[in-house]
Amino acid sequence: MMASSYNAKEEDGHHSGSASHGGAAVVKSKKPDNTAFKQQRLPAWQPILTAGTVLPAFFVIGLIFIPIGIGLYVTSNNIKEFEIDYTGVDMNSACYSCAKNFSWNSTTSCLCTVDFTLEQPFESNVFMYYGLSNFYQNHRRYVKSRDDSQLNGDMSALTNPSKECEPYRMSEGLPIAPCGAIANSLFNDTLKLYYLEANGTRNEIPLVKKGIAWWTDKHVKFRNPGGNANLTAVFQATSKPVNWRNPVYELDQDPENNGFINEDFIVWMRTAALPTFRKLYRIIQKKSSTMPTLPSGKYVLDITYNYPVLSFDGRKRMILSTISWMGGKNPFLGIAYITVGSICFFLGVVLLIIHHKYDTRSTGADIPN
Amino acid sequence: TRRTMEQLDSRTIYIGHRSCPASEAFIPPPKFCDNRIVSSKYTIWNFLPKNLFEQFRRIANFYFLIIFLVQVIVDTPTSPVTSGLPLFFVIIVTAIKQGYEDWLRHKADNEVNKYPVKVLEDGKPVDKDSEKIKVGDVVEVKENETFPCDLILLQSSRDDNTCFVTTASLDGESNHKTHYTVPDTEKDLDSLSATIECEQPQPDLYKFVGRMHIYKSNQEPAVRSLGPENLLLKGATLKNTQKILGVAVYTGMETKMALNYQGKSQKRSVVEKSINAFLLVYLCILLSKALVCTTLKYVFQNKPGQDEPWYNEKTQREKDTNLYLKMFTDFLSFMVLFNFIIPVSMYVTVEMQKFLGSFFIGWDKDFYDPEIKEGALVNTSDLNEELGQVEYVFTDKTGTLTQNNMEFIECCIDGFQYKYHDSSSELDGFGVTYGPMSKLQQKAGWEREELFLRALCLCHTVQVPSAPQEEKGFIASSPDEIALVKGAMRYGFTFMGLESKTMKILNKNDVEMYELLHVLNFDPVRRRMSVIVRTRSGDTLLFCKGADSSIFPRVKLEEVERIRMHVERSATEGYRTLCVAYKCLSAEEYEHADKGLKEARLALQDREEKLTAVYNQVETGMSLIGATAVEDRLQEEAAETMEALQGAGIKVWVLTGDKMETAKSTCYACRLFQRNTELLELTVRTLEERGRRREDRLHELLLEYHKKTVQDSPLAKTRYSSWSVGNQDYGFIVDGASLTMVLNSSSDSNTSHYKNLFLQICQNCTAVLCCRMAPLQKAQIVKLVKNSKGSPITLSIGDGANDVSMILEAHVGIGIKGKEGRQAVRNSDYAIPKLKHLKKLLLAHGHLYYVRIAHLVQYFFYKNLCFILPQFLYQFFCGYSQQPLYDAAYLTMYNICFTSMPILAYSLLEQHIGMEVLLCNATLYSDIAKNAMLRWPPFIYWTLLGVYHGLLFFFGVRLLFGNLALPDNGQVFGNWSYGTIVFTVLVFTVTLKLALDTRHWTWINHFVIWGSLAFYVLFSLFWGGIIWPFLSQQRLYFVFANMLSSVSTWLVMILLVLLSLLPEILLPVLRKPRGPHARQVQLKQTRTQTLYF
Repeated sequence: MMASSYNAKEEDGHHSGSASHGGAAVVKSKKPDNTAFKQQRLPAWQPILTAGTVLPAFFVIGLIFIPIGIGLYVTSNNIKEFEIDYTGVDMNSACYSCAKNFSWNSTTSCLCTVDFTLEQPFESNVFMYYGLSNFYQNHRRYVKSRDDSQLNGDMSALTNPSKECEPYRMSEGLPIAPCGAIANSLFNDTLKLYYLEANGTRNEIPLVKKGIAWWTDKHVKFRNPGGNANLTAVFQATSKPVNWRNPVYELDQDPENNGFINEDFIVWMRTAALPTFRKLYRIIQKKSSTMPTLPSGKYVLDITYNYPVLSFDGRKRMILSTISWMGGKNPFLGIAYITVGSICFFLGVVLLIIHHKYDTRSTGADIPN
Repeated sequence: TRRTMEQLDSRTIYIGHRSCPASEAFIPPPKFCDNRIVSSKYTIWNFLPKNLFEQFRRIANFYFLIIFLVQVIVDTPTSPVTSGLPLFFVIIVTAIKQGYEDWLRHKADNEVNKYPVKVLEDGKPVDKDSEKIKVGDVVEVKENETFPCDLILLQSSRDDNTCFVTTASLDGESNHKTHYTVPDTEKDLDSLSATIECEQPQPDLYKFVGRMHIYKSNQEPAVRSLGPENLLLKGATLKNTQKILGVAVYTGMETKMALNYQGKSQKRSVVEKSINAFLLVYLCILLSKALVCTTLKYVFQNKPGQDEPWYNEKTQREKDTNLYLKMFTDFLSFMVLFNFIIPVSMYVTVEMQKFLGSFFIGWDKDFYDPEIKEGALVNTSDLNEELGQVEYVFTDKTGTLTQNNMEFIECCIDGFQYKYHDSSSELDGFGVTYGPMSKLQQKAGWEREELFLRALCLCHTVQVPSAPQEEKGFIASSPDEIALVKGAMRYGFTFMGLESKTMKILNKNDVEMYELLHVLNFDPVRRRMSVIVRTRSGDTLLFCKGADSSIFPRVKLEEVERIRMHVERSATEGYRTLCVAYKCLSAEEYEHADKGLKEARLALQDREEKLTAVYNQVETGMSLIGATAVEDRLQEEAAETMEALQGAGIKVWVLTGDKMETAKSTCYACRLFQRNTELLELTVRTLEERGRRREDRLHELLLEYHKKTVQDSPLAKTRYSSWSVGNQDYGFIVDGASLTMVLNSSSDSNTSHYKNLFLQICQNCTAVLCCRMAPLQKAQIVKLVKNSKGSPITLSIGDGANDVSMILEAHVGIGIKGKEGRQAVRNSDYAIPKLKHLKKLLLAHGHLYYVRIAHLVQYFFYKNLCFILPQFLYQFFCGYSQQPLYDAAYLTMYNICFTSMPILAYSLLEQHIGMEVLLCNATLYSDIAKNAMLRWPPFIYWTLLGVYHGLLFFFGVRLLFGNLALPDNGQVFGNWSYGTIVFTVLVFTVTLKLALDTRHWTWINHFVIWGSLAFYVLFSLFWGGIIWPFLSQQRLYFVFANMLSSVSTWLVMILLVLLSLLPEILLPVLRKPRGPHARQVQLKQTRTQTLYF
């Protein structure tokens, strides 16, 4: 694209030549400047990788990575995690009938109860997740089916949602709020957790529904149109998403958690990267320093089964997990660090041998410049 | 019909637009173009469409345009902005650049076109703009003005009807050239009624044929012949003459200057060919990726519930679309999604690299020559890297290997040798007005000596500058002539100059006058020139000087025998020899010759041929007086340069028009031939040995040499035993006549056979000398080698007009800013002041340019492969829905901002081996020979590296996302976090990979590499820190900042970057110490060793 410039240069040259009145000779000296840059003599650091220079690096990497890896591995192992699939595929599973008899038109919710036992007590805060499998939240058609300006409280977008929301844009002639496939498919199972005491009494465990969404999402990215008051009035001229039971202004009684700033909704709107994913549902806060948050024992999970997944061969799970500084349980990181650290250490040894042999042949090989 | 024929290839001009009463029916003058120079390509109106059309004719731009259009038309995963913006940027920048250049051209055009000139109207000069000049106008030009168009000189203010011009801006020759008015034209131009008939415009600056018909009342029209000496070229400057009047014959775009500035054919470099090959591979990768994804998409959708699950229904439009159309658009969508694998920015970066990189050649002060006060000149930047790939150097001898600074050494008169006695103080030889000849053996007759010296003084076209204040010197087109005239001066015969056809010679104290009747010009085919003069006493003499081969057949045999030995001995000593002959013309002979010459000069058609015929006829039956030997000294460091080139594995061929002996001695002097080199000769002499038919002998010799060099070569043997007998060097000498026989053998089957044998012999010789070459043959040789097996890269270097053909033919043409005018420089790709600069140009600059651009190209493909591979892999996890992994901003900015500057800086500044080291070790050059860094193995290595990195990035993060709760508050990350993590790892790895490859860290490298990374981080924070009103989706809102809040993410990023670079760190260390890097290490070791011990 710049190739032609040189021809031009030449032509320019001949014009200036022919136009120079009286052939005024070019007196200007054409001697090139003697600058370091133009002479390509800028002072430069010239590193050369040799066995000698790389060797310590490998040892250092090995020595740093192996302890980190061990730390990560131990941390990950200390994280308690409990997972239970309540989809109801099996005849024996509690939610089988709910899953089987699911109908979009039924007005009553189907309830099912799953019992489970925690072998070990969960210390510190416990995080409750719901997990979905084979649910393509990262499908392109799905990912783009939202209107962020509507969710940001933009009035015009409320009444006239983005085209991207199709086919979940208008319903019965009214704009859908919130529009789009993501919002429409909001996960609406309700999970309740009970501790089953020895005497058989169910002890409901308080689940905190705040602090599950990103702070910035909750406070900046998602906003109710016209503030958090009078949501009913604001959403008057809109229609609820077709698959929803309740309109958006009835997601929660708490005005700080209602409408677009409902945290369950915000969490759902952050589309997952992979078809198997989990989303934070509730937090079980640690109450006293002496008692574990979830003592070992029997638990009951009450499920309001609203969310059909069998049609696309999906699965639903409930996950209880503690969290450490490195996040949730993930043994991969620790193992990877230990492996890489060991490899580096091993390579360091190999290089040392090579270096040693090389060294005997010619001395001073490792003197870097 | 004859008339119309003549009309077609000649034009008739009516001087002053006056119709000529006496002429045959007045033909209305055809419309000639006006004197407007239009070098600009565009006007305001056609700029946009024309420029766009030209830009989109480039295959790459067109491809990107298609991608862009697909994005606009089809519902594609990435917005049209992602590919439109870079394309738009490229197009706009190029358009602005070309527009600016065109504006400059317009400005220059205007300056020329509006330049005030004086045109004679009704006998009075009228001021006009230069562009208004029409063919037939009489134009007045004053001293030191340039001619506004091509003029026929009608009147000069000088008494002798001459004027002087310099053509410095045309061909760089700064000497004053004499031009003559048309003989016997009227002094009063008002009453002049004449037409000029001349050939149609043609670009040769030194050719012009025409004739002028002068009509006088009641008289037969007089006819005068017109030649180049009557033609004043546009662009030349009037010197030493107060004013002239001339009639415009060629104007505007039809002037010889304008015709000469029409483009050269574009040369393409090997790197560009490699790029195209790689592009094809990547295009295949792209297509197969798209195909795989499309297929899998439909397989996947066939599974129950996957095509349209309840949570993700299709729009009505999607449902309505025809299945096959849908498949097709899906395919296109995948193409668009993966199209970043072929980056627009690579073209931009490559162009920028070449453009900016070429400045370093011009800036290099080592190329500056204080004598001519100029440095190197770059005429094209497309071939920088080709300088590092040269396998064959074809060099001219005179002016290139040698200085073209002639010194008269000795002469031989009638077989007796004369050597100037005071050769040690040769420099002040000018001051010697009377130098006695030191006779070495015997002495020829005094008369013969004087005749010889007179011949030297008369037989030339040297001028003596008229300006008296100038120091005494001579001006001539050929330095040989000056040397001869100066030589004669040392012996007491001083040429005083030529005044109105009279040559004056100062002989001791007498002034001899000769009337110059005719000059039979020198031309390279005849290889001789003659003058016909008349002495005071009325004798007509012809003096002729020329190459021995062209003189010997024209003189008596016994004279030849006396002199031949001397000529050959001088030639072996490396001198240039010329033979001098003379002839007395009788009155009838002269009459005949005069008539013939005048007729031939008047001829409009085939004038050259006719003149040559007359010349040949006149220059016969002469008698040989003697011969001269002129030394042409070697260029500075010629031998070192040649040695370095040979050390670099470059084959050097000398192509010269000179005699074999002279050329051979030059080759020895340049150490192209060593003492132990066995010379294989394929010349007329060896062919005529043993009195056999030339053809048979040729066959025999070729086979013999082939056997020697190819079959028995130690190279072939070393494959079996590594320490065989020491290499025997061969030198091959071939001359023009033999070459013609090789190339144009009588039977076709032989031709290709001979050609092959010839090439194989040449390829196995260390040096090849081709002598007695015509310019066209030089080009033929270059072409032969260029098209031989393996298509080696050729470089031609020369300084004269006779080298232009080979300069244009070779891959790289180098012009030397020598003494033989500027034609070679003008037609070259690079011009350097001296031959010695070739060493640095190739070994240092060429090597570095090649390494830089090769790395640039490989790196670009690599970085885009590992950029797009994760996106491809992601399709397997998102239901083949064309969901991009990265945000549009990242997709767009990756190649433009985040990763472009470090590689550009690298490709401009990298010196993996220092310049001095490269110059010291010529062998390093052969390490990159044969396009070593852009062959398939390194390409595959880089591709595998890209694949490895891509896989690592994607699956590394995939494993991390095994548990989505990454921060310590239990919250989860989404798909954009996934992409951002991959992208961050990618940007860091790719940049650090380049950092690892950088061997020369200047502050610019530091600034750009760390700056790019910092910029990426800051940009990501900024981009995610604001709700952008113009974005429909705030995908990255606080994604980057949130990512940074997770310790696991940090750990995984560090791990992945390290793991990706591990092989990069490891490989150079484990690799055996070979290749340039290792060698430098070794070199440094030895250096440090000497320091320490």
